[in-house]
Amino acid sequence: MKALVSVKRVVDYNVRIQVKPDGSGVVTDGVKFSVNPFDEIAMEEAVRLREKGKVTEIVAVTIGGAKCEETLRTALAFGADRAVHVKEEGEVQPLTAAQALAAVFKKEGAQLFLLGKQAIDDDANQTGQMVAALLDLPQATFASKIELDGAKALVTREVDAGLETLEVDLPAVVTTDLRLNEPRYLKLPDIMKAKKKPIEVVSLGDLGVTAAAGLKATKTAAPPKRSKGVMVKTVDELVTALKGKGLI
Amino acid sequence: MHFSHEHRQLFDTTKKFIETEVNPHVAEWERAGFWPAHEVLKKMGGLGLLGINKPESVGGLGLDYSYQVAFAEALGACACGALPMAIGVQTDMATPALARFGSDYLKDNYLKPAVAGDMVAAIAVSEAGAGSDVAGIKTTARRVGDEYVISGSKMWITNGTQADWACMLVNTGEGDRHGNKSLIVVPLDAKGIDRRQKLDKLGQRASDTAMIFLDEVKLPARHLIGAEGKGFTYQMQQFQEERLFLSASIVGSMEKVIDDTAAYTRQRRAFGQAILDNQYVQFRLAELKTEVEALRALTYRATDELVAGRDAALLCSMAKLKSGRLAREVTDGCLQFWGGQGYMWESSVAQFYRDLRLHSIGGGADEVMLGIISKRLGYGGKKKVG
Repeated sequence: MKALVSVKRVVDYNVRIQVKPDGSGVVTDGVKFSVNPFDEIAMEEAVRLREKGKVTEIVAVTIGGAKCEETLRTALAFGADRAVHVKEEGEVQPLTAAQALAAVFKKEGAQLFLLGKQAIDDDANQTGQMVAALLDLPQATFASKIELDGAKALVTREVDAGLETLEVDLPAVVTTDLRLNEPRYLKLPDIMKAKKKPIEVVSLGDLGVTAAAGLKATKTAAPPKRSKGVMVKTVDELVTALKGKGLI
Repeated sequence: MHFSHEHRQLFDTTKKFIETEVNPHVAEWERAGFWPAHEVLKKMGGLGLLGINKPESVGGLGLDYSYQVAFAEALGACACGALPMAIGVQTDMATPALARFGSDYLKDNYLKPAVAGDMVAAIAVSEAGAGSDVAGIKTTARRVGDEYVISGSKMWITNGTQADWACMLVNTGEGDRHGNKSLIVVPLDAKGIDRRQKLDKLGQRASDTAMIFLDEVKLPARHLIGAEGKGFTYQMQQFQEERLFLSASIVGSMEKVIDDTAAYTRQRRAFGQAILDNQYVQFRLAELKTEVEALRALTYRATDELVAGRDAALLCSMAKLKSGRLAREVTDGCLQFWGGQGYMWESSVAQFYRDLRLHSIGGGADEVMLGIISKRLGYGGKKKVG
C-alpha cells in the first residue's frame, strides 16, 4: 500500500515571531525554518506503518519554493522513499494547496493520505478536509491512533466527550494530532542517504491547478500585550472582582 | 565552513538528543559524580553520532571534519560541561589515531565497538608528573617476546572508572623524548590494572575521572597503534581534533551562559529597574556575544584548514587558547551579573563557571598553546612543545 505524506515548511516553533512593521506579514528573513511538527508526526506514523508491514511505499510531497527541498530532504531522512516537489515561488492559498495535493494523490494512486491536522504558521486546519472533499474520499481528522486493517482504517480521535473511533474505507485522508506518536531522532546515516533519494519536481500547471486568489490578508498584527493582573486573597474577593468586570 | 542542510540536520538531531536524553539527568549525574556512559553512548552510536568522520569500514559515515564540528557545537546544548567533554573523549580524543594508524585487528576489536557505542573509550596521556609536558611521561612498556609489559600510572582520565579500553601513551624505548613513545590500546580490565580511585574535581563532576595504576600489565604486541616510537607524533596529530572539538563544543555553552544571563537579569530587579536595563550590563553581554561569534569564526577557519588537508596546528591551537580564555571571561563576567544567586552551587552560571574552567588546562594548557603559536610564528623557542 502506498502512503502519501505532505510536509510543510514553516517557521520553527522556537522562533519568537515578529510582525513586520508595515503589518504585511511576519518576519521570515534570517529565521529558522523546520518541518511543521504535525506533519512530522504524520511522517513518523507512515514509517511506523511501513515497519509493521502495512505500508509498502511512502511518498512525501510539499508545495512551495526552492527552499522547500530541504523540507523534503528531512522527510526523506525520516524514511520516505521518494518525494514530489510542487514548485511554486508565489503565495499558495489553502484551496490551491488542497487542489494540488489532491492531484498528486490521484496521480500517485496512493491509498492513504497522511498529513498534520494543521500547520503551525497559519493554523488554518483545513487542507486535509478540503483534499478529502475534492477527491470525495472519507476523512478522519485529529488522529491519536491509526490502525490499518485490509481495506479499512480504524482511526481514534480525541473529542470533548472522550475517544471516538472511526472506521473509514481506504483510500482515505487522515490528519494527525499531537499525541499520535513521538517522532524519532533522525539518524545521521539516514540524513546522508536522503541526499541521494529522488525528488520529482512538478508545477501547479503540470497538475492542472491554477493558483487561486480567493483570500486576501489585509493586515497582520501582534496580539495585544497582556495587561498587569491583580492579586486577590480570597475566593469572595475573586468573585467580586469578576462581577465588577461584568465577567460573571 | 558552510552549514549545509545535512550539517543543520545533524546539529538538530544532536541537540534534540542532548535536550531529551541528557539534560533531564544532569543534576542527578552531577551529584553522583558519574554518568552512565555505556547507556548514553549506545544510544548515540545507534544514531550514527559516534563515527561521523570515521571510515565506513568501521561503521562510521566517512564525512569530513566539518560535520564533526557541527556535532560538537550542538553538544553545547548540554546543561553542563562534563558531558560534551566525556563524549568528545570517545569521538575525538581516544579514537583518531586508532582510525588513522590502527591495524585491522585493533580497528575491528576496539574502534568498531566504540563507533557503535558498545565500548567506552578513554585517552590516557597525562600523568601526575606530566600533564601538558607530554614528552615527560614515565609509564613504560617493555617488549618481552610477543608482549608488552606496562608499568606506571595515568592521571585525570575522563571516563576512566568505566571505560573498556584506553588509548595510552607509553615509553617504549630510551633516548629522544619525542621518538621513544608509542600509543597502545589497553583494555582496562587487564590484569595488573587498578583504577578504583575516582578523582574529586572542581567542576565537570558529572563525568568520572580516574587515576589508573598499571603494574606489570601484559598485552599482546598487536595492541600497538601504528609503528613503535611514533606515539608522540601520532598524539600531536590526534591533539588537533581534540583541540578543535573542545573549541567548537563550548561555543554553544558560552552562548547559553550569556542567553541565560540576559534572561535572568531581565527579570531580576534592583534599584527600581531590571538589572538588564543598565546599559553597562547590556554592553557587556553584547561584547561577550561578539567575542563568542569571533571564536566561532576562528574555529570554522581552523576546520576549513583541517578539511582541506593542510597543517591546521596553528589555527587549532589559537582556537583552543581563545576558547579556554574566553570561557573564563564569559562565565566570570556573567556570574557577576547574577549576584548572590550566581554564587549558588546549583545555578546554571555557577555550573559553567566550574565546568568550563577546565578548558584552559585540559587538552594542552593555555601556556602550551602559546608555546605552539609562538613557535609556529617563528618568535623563537627551539624547545619542542606539544
